[in-house]
Amino acid sequence: MAVLVIADRDGDTVRDTTHKTVTAALKLSGDVDILVIGQGSKAAADAAAKIAGVRKVLLAESAGLGHQLAEAVAATVTGLAAGYDAILSPATTDGKNFMPRIAAKLDVAPISDIIEVVSNDTFVRPIYAGNALETVQSSDAKKIITVRPTSFDAAAEGGSASVESVAGADAGKAAFVSEEMVKSDRPELGAAKIVVSGGRALGSAEEFHAVMDPLADKLGAAVGASRAAVDAGYAPNDYQVGQTGKVVAPALYIAIGISGAIQHLAGMKDSKVIVAINKDADAPIFQVADYGIVGDYKTVVPELMKALG
Amino acid sequence: MTRRYVDRPGEAYHSLTQHSGAFVDINMKVLVPVKRVIDYNVKARVKADQTGVDLANVKMSMNPFDEIAVEEAVRMKEGKEHHAAGTATEIVVVSIGVTQAQETIRTALAMGADRGLLIQSDADLEPLAVAKLLKAVVDEEKPDLVLLGKQSIDGDNNAVGQMLAALLDWPQATFAGKIVIADGKATVTREVDGGLQTLSATLPAVVSVDLRLNTPRYASLPNIMKAKKKEIAVKAVADYGVDTAPRLTVKKVTAPPTRSAGIKVADAAELVSKLKTAGVL
Ligand SMILES: Cc1cc2nc3c(=O)[nH]c(=O)nc-3n(C[C@H](O)[C@H](O)[C@H](O)COP(=O)(O)OP(=O)(O)OC[C@H]3O[C@@H](n4cnc5c(N)ncnc54)[C@H](O)[C@@H]3O)c2cc1C
Ligand SMILES: Nc1ncnc2c1ncn2[C@@H]1O[C@H](COP(=O)(O)O)[C@@H](O)[C@H]1O
Repeated sequence: MAVLVIADRDGDTVRDTTHKTVTAALKLSGDVDILVIGQGSKAAADAAAKIAGVRKVLLAESAGLGHQLAEAVAATVTGLAAGYDAILSPATTDGKNFMPRIAAKLDVAPISDIIEVVSNDTFVRPIYAGNALETVQSSDAKKIITVRPTSFDAAAEGGSASVESVAGADAGKAAFVSEEMVKSDRPELGAAKIVVSGGRALGSAEEFHAVMDPLADKLGAAVGASRAAVDAGYAPNDYQVGQTGKVVAPALYIAIGISGAIQHLAGMKDSKVIVAINKDADAPIFQVADYGIVGDYKTVVPELMKALG
Repeated sequence: MTRRYVDRPGEAYHSLTQHSGAFVDINMKVLVPVKRVIDYNVKARVKADQTGVDLANVKMSMNPFDEIAVEEAVRMKEGKEHHAAGTATEIVVVSIGVTQAQETIRTALAMGADRGLLIQSDADLEPLAVAKLLKAVVDEEKPDLVLLGKQSIDGDNNAVGQMLAALLDWPQATFAGKIVIADGKATVTREVDGGLQTLSATLPAVVSVDLRLNTPRYASLPNIMKAKKKEIAVKAVADYGVDTAPRLTVKKVTAPPTRSAGIKVADAAELVSKLKTAGVL
């Protein structure tokens, strides 16, 4: 069997979501190739070629592929699909955007957000905000799968695969206009070892940053937020942790002024150690927290900063 | 869909184009697929025999993202927010599901949609089958825009919109946090990893909506009464002649590993020492 992993490119390199997807791909019995997409991606393709266990890297470059628009990515991938029995991508917003499009073009039922590979055709995925795990077997000849990166370890470096160019499709009926990316020197939310998340309790954007940023900096952590905090404009959209935001599984997750709604828990309950700071002793977040402090964050967080030294 | 030159197509559009007026697409027909799902406040419980989730006597509601899609379509019709009046003139809602999904359609009609279509199915269809049925509906209804939720909160697939766009060979704009209709295009700001991306999709297009697009209204009593008189056509899956055979077999549905509550610590100093012992600091 031959397996294609679509890389999550980040400038001249690939994100560790790619390495994690390769690990999932290697659990299928077959050769694993990586496809790197986008104009000017040679360096990223070279980086992907260093991932251990990879047979070869395909590089698709065209002006239309610059921003991973679904139409052009799908046209590129369907052109390569004949050579593959399974196509995998990390369940990033890009992967979620183009993979179902590819699946429909190939008349395949996509399998979203898998957390386990049981066999070549059987996979486990969370449903109902992670309150149930579904084991599904696919009868399609080709499998189209997105992979939840936090459920797989990153494949190691140390490979030396060859890089070959393949045709990249042109843009379709959608065109890129602009983007506003949040710049941060902190680790990426999905990959951070420590995440500190703030909720509605923070009350304003100023307070959110005044409380969360110094704590994150002290811990070398990424900052996350609940939906309530994002909706209220305290934090940018892509800070949202949860069922419909980002899924994180750091070694340490600290929830500050977050109640612990089902939808929020769906995004963080696989963290190794969970800490909750909440003034309501009955907040549901305490039911999943390893360590809880009942108190006002306004006094607890400064004390925590001090205790961290 | 017809086009008309308007002086003030909306602030959002001004900031995109610099010029004062624009051709706005008016009289759009908008199709909004809505799904009946477990209410978002209910915690799903797995059945003891591992065949699925127990939905007996559980509160069901419209998928929250679909409410947002309905709300946006209604705003396009009303000319609310940045939408020019009459951006949409007809809103058709369609649901594929059990008979009770008519209640879900009725909710959308009470919010301001014009008419409904139920494609009755007792089977829980996969996104591919749903997309094929919706394509058949689009072929019949010929909407200018399909607005739907980014994700159903039961299956958490996040797939139908993208698949429908593929089958129609229409452009797609997923995870919309803002939609501006003008000049034959939907200019959509998408919520993506790392921030926001804006793209423009030539109409007709499929747009899937995210949480920040709007806050759905509660239907008023008079509108609930009015909705009772609106038409809901009922059809069967077989009427569409598309292949809806499942491709996936659910082998089992299990409960996730549970986390048990830990301990309460007295203060930050104790917390830090526990975290050091646990090896995470
Ligand atoms: C379709 C859908 C999708 C959703 N997706 C997500 C998602 O992905 N992620 C997500 O997070 N939510 C999501 N939600 C929303 C979710 O249901 C909750 O509304 C949300 O998580 C609540 O955020 P919160 O905990 O910050 O706010 P609240 O529930 O209001 O909790 C605030 C908490 O702060 C505590 N508090 C107040 N003041 C203080 C203080 N001074 N010191 C300490 N504690 C204090 C309170 O006791 C309370 O527990 C979704 C909802 C829907 C319908
Ligand atoms: N059975 C259905 N009937 C109508 N619309 C649906 C149905 N299933 C999914 N949808 C639409 O497709 C969106 C995405 O669903 P999904 O791909 O299943 O996560 C939902 O938010 C709905 O708008």
